[in-house]
Amino acid sequence: MDVIEEQQWEPKILAFCCNWCAYSGADLAGLNRMKYPENIRILRVPCSARVNPQFILRAFQKGADGVLVAGCHPGDCHYATGNYYTRRRFQVMKRLLEYSGIDPRRFQAKWVSGAEADKFRATVTKLCEDVKAIGPSRKLGGSK
Amino acid sequence: MKYAYYPGCSLDATGVEFDTSNKLVAKKMGFDLVEIPDWNCCGASSAHAVNHMLALALPARNLAIAEAEGFDTVAIPCAACFARCKTTAFEAQSSPETKAKISDIIEMDYQANIEILSFLDLLGKKIGLDKIKPHVIKPLTGLKIASYYGCLLVRPAKIAQSDDPENPMVMDNIMAVLGADPVEWGYKTECCGASHVMPVPKVGQQMIHDILKNAQINGAEAISTACPLCMINLDMRQKQLNAQLGTNFNIPIFHFTELVALSFGYSPKEIGLSKHFVSSENLIKDTLSTGARSDGA
Amino acid sequence: MKRIGVFICHCGSNIAATVDCAKVAEAAQAFPGVSFSSDYKYMCSEPGQEFIKDSIKKYDLNAIVVASCTPRMHEHTFRKTLANGGLNPYMFEMTNLREQCSWVHSDIEKATAKAIDLVRMSVAKVAKNEELFSSTIPMHKKALVIGAGIAGMQAALDIADAGHKVVLVDREPTIGGKMPMLDKTFPTMDCSACISTPKMVEVAQHPNIELMAYSEVVEINGFIGNFDVTIKTKAKYVDHAKCTGCGLCETKCPKKVPNEYDLGMGLRSCIYKPFAQAVPNKPVIDAQNCRKLVEGKCGVCAKVCPTGAIKYDDTESFTTDTFGAIVMATGYDLFKWEDVYGEYGYGKYPDVVTGLHFERMVNASGPTGGKLKRPSDGTTPKTVVFIKCVGSRDSAKGKSYCSRACCMYTAKHAHQFLDKTPDGNAYVFYMDVRTPGKGYDEFYESTLRDGAVYLRGRVSKIYQEGGKLIIKGEDSLIGKQVEVTADMVVLATAMVPSAGSRQLAQTVGFLPDLNGWYQEAHPKLRPVETPTAGVFLAGACQGPKDIPDSVAQAGAAAAKVCGLLSKSQLETNPMTAKTNTAICSGCGTCIPVCPYKAIQLESITERDHHGHRITRNVASVNNGLCQGCGACTVICRPGAIDLQGFKNDQILEEVDSLWM
Repeated sequence: MDVIEEQQWEPKILAFCCNWCAYSGADLAGLNRMKYPENIRILRVPCSARVNPQFILRAFQKGADGVLVAGCHPGDCHYATGNYYTRRRFQVMKRLLEYSGIDPRRFQAKWVSGAEADKFRATVTKLCEDVKAIGPSRKLGGSK
Repeated sequence: MKYAYYPGCSLDATGVEFDTSNKLVAKKMGFDLVEIPDWNCCGASSAHAVNHMLALALPARNLAIAEAEGFDTVAIPCAACFARCKTTAFEAQSSPETKAKISDIIEMDYQANIEILSFLDLLGKKIGLDKIKPHVIKPLTGLKIASYYGCLLVRPAKIAQSDDPENPMVMDNIMAVLGADPVEWGYKTECCGASHVMPVPKVGQQMIHDILKNAQINGAEAISTACPLCMINLDMRQKQLNAQLGTNFNIPIFHFTELVALSFGYSPKEIGLSKHFVSSENLIKDTLSTGARSDGA
Repeated sequence: MKRIGVFICHCGSNIAATVDCAKVAEAAQAFPGVSFSSDYKYMCSEPGQEFIKDSIKKYDLNAIVVASCTPRMHEHTFRKTLANGGLNPYMFEMTNLREQCSWVHSDIEKATAKAIDLVRMSVAKVAKNEELFSSTIPMHKKALVIGAGIAGMQAALDIADAGHKVVLVDREPTIGGKMPMLDKTFPTMDCSACISTPKMVEVAQHPNIELMAYSEVVEINGFIGNFDVTIKTKAKYVDHAKCTGCGLCETKCPKKVPNEYDLGMGLRSCIYKPFAQAVPNKPVIDAQNCRKLVEGKCGVCAKVCPTGAIKYDDTESFTTDTFGAIVMATGYDLFKWEDVYGEYGYGKYPDVVTGLHFERMVNASGPTGGKLKRPSDGTTPKTVVFIKCVGSRDSAKGKSYCSRACCMYTAKHAHQFLDKTPDGNAYVFYMDVRTPGKGYDEFYESTLRDGAVYLRGRVSKIYQEGGKLIIKGEDSLIGKQVEVTADMVVLATAMVPSAGSRQLAQTVGFLPDLNGWYQEAHPKLRPVETPTAGVFLAGACQGPKDIPDSVAQAGAAAAKVCGLLSKSQLETNPMTAKTNTAICSGCGTCIPVCPYKAIQLESITERDHHGHRITRNVASVNNGLCQGCGACTVICRPGAIDLQGFKNDQILEEVDSLWM
């Protein structure tokens, strides 16, 4: 990325949100007209347990600057146990990313309930700030 | 069979009869109590009120010596010494840093792996009731005895790891094996006030009074103890209580091993029962005769 | 070949004010697979929907993207539009340009760029959509209610009154549960048996209810709409068809044993009805104690029975039936405080009893004829101490939760005691007083006016002294220790799940929670359902509660059941998991991950690459049970099991599309 592009660079962050809590929390943030950075792209899944780590690796491979996985609080999963698997799965995600050469700070897993509109706003805002501070992602094999 | 023995300060002084009867019982039953060489005061209540590490180091030194001497088990008659030693072991076992620090202070390698037993548990559990029974030649038939454990032998439960903290039975079971009649009473594990009777007599006296009263109401003719301070509180203060509170206590108090020794055939003189404040002469005479009571009880 | 139609909604100015909709529509035209792209003011309006239907025809579209509000709002609406337009309703994706774009951003240029990205994601996903079809499963119009206490009875009656058949099972010889054991019920002080026994009779007489007392459910297979249940009826040794309930056998039986109904405080014969108003009002024989059955002696009951109903050679019997829905109403038991509360005497003081013992004593049909008597010597107690939270709110020795009914029933007991004992003293040791229901706090206040002394503090020890009980506790509000000399102590012990409830839950196929209470599907929004479709909860089995709440919950469960049974078949959510049997190795790793037990190993027969016929196991998903969470898809290593509607390729296309 040349200097001008880098100065104009805005991160693009993919957020996997579970339909029942996180996505609903994001909707509530909208209903309340809260404002957060435009860098977030939300991908709806039925449950955070649907999020295969390969999706995340794919996103980073393609050039994602940041990835968020947001689900229901443990104990509140709409499907009873899904988020327990999510929790365990993503405890090692950061180490896997680091091992793969991707800055682990680019990845976040968070619990956001359908009522926590402000938490959603705060989470994505902070993630954007953090990713901006790290800089653009370097795609493996990418020309830049 | 050899056990390390930690008499503590009181068994040399005010609790000397406890020491005597422990040794008589050991002799008759054929096990050795080997006093820990060069033992120091465990610090009891004074140390832990002043400095935490000091309160752990003092008992640790004794335990470390016992470990170094090659003992697996140390028997501790005084309940306060027992509690302090158990606390030290517990803290050292829970935290390697604490264990290292203690070893550093006492300049000895403290392993914290020696088994620490009260004399009650040594006799009643480790050695076992069935080893006591064969030596009972003068059963204490009909003696209504209240077993008083005091607070430090069973609490805190996590540290003492001894008997049920609400309703311990070791001493009651020993008394039963001696042929006596353990009474059901409500003050088995209530605190005697320890040394409170001196600085705050009103509080201390009330605590001693309540124990004696409950034993009396439940028909106890005597109380058996397993702590030298409990024993002396219950024994020495009865006259004072009678004067202050208008009661009429006349309940002989025993160290439990004194009763064991009695049932083993030792004489009251050998045991040193005359050292007690409340005379047990008549009670013993009645008990060891045909079992009939001179007071019609 | 997909021919995708993209419709960008202005939503008035809700979206259009921040997102340049025309620009988004124009950008979408260039996305792969898009045949038609347009923007419009209000897509959800009737003209908007007509626009979609017309476009489908005009441009021969076979997949649609609507970019508007959140799909949680109108996904259902637009699916119907597609169906009306002749397309499969699942050839549809929605882009959230409102709640998650226009409403949360202010920079038009950035918001529009984001909107274009979001539409691109939806187009990429819909390109991989497949037609999905709901399947149906049959609904057997019969309900099973397990447990015939007040909750079970109420649920059964409500379902039966709605016109459906119900089988009501209870393992005791009589129905009624705990409620008839109680004397009076708070806050109105109704006689408990007076209000519950009519329900018992109603249940027995209802034409739609088949009552199976002294029976237990032993096996359940199947799923919602089709539960195959095996019920065991224990040997009664009395032919209830012949028995008239005259009770002569009971009076002549020579052997008496402690009565379970009176918690051991009274006696019953070996041929017995648990209590006088038992339903069925016919006795059973206690096989553990009956002299005839154990020793071969006696036999008096058979001799005196006027109808020859005694059957010493009776055996247990099994019946099987199919049900559409199951209601669990197994109630509660009381915590075994004697095992852990040494400070209260480990149960060796006869005058330290539980609240339920108190109920039996104060009950006119109880073992003491309604007179409060000390179990030790039969004298009337003048001072009674009530201790609350014995086992409840006590993580160290008991349970962490609050048992909900004890504050009220203790106030009731104190009131009853003072009522019966003119010069009596009642002391209540409490941590809190919880009186949330209608009339509850007023009831508690009136108990205070009766003269009950409430002491805020715990009791550290109870012991006996000269025939009395000494209670040592604390009055924390004045910071002093208190000592009460009492004649009797009543402990409000914790409610625990009824004995055997955990195994029963396993038999039925759902999970209890950490404390053993039956787990509801959602703590707030689905309190009477379990995660297992078709299994509902009523009463204390779901958690400690009082009678009003049990009855309310029973009605709620019944309503859910009626909703199910009113259908002759169930439409299932088509977005379920599906196995690609070619890749599935039958390892079964997906099976335990499913919260709904929707996956099973199924045997398939196929030809291998040598042409030999082989039989092997593959994962098979029950579409009726699968709720579409997708947890199995990630666990599956080869990716053999995929979630329709959210397939791996669909999601990956969405991801890829962002960085094209």
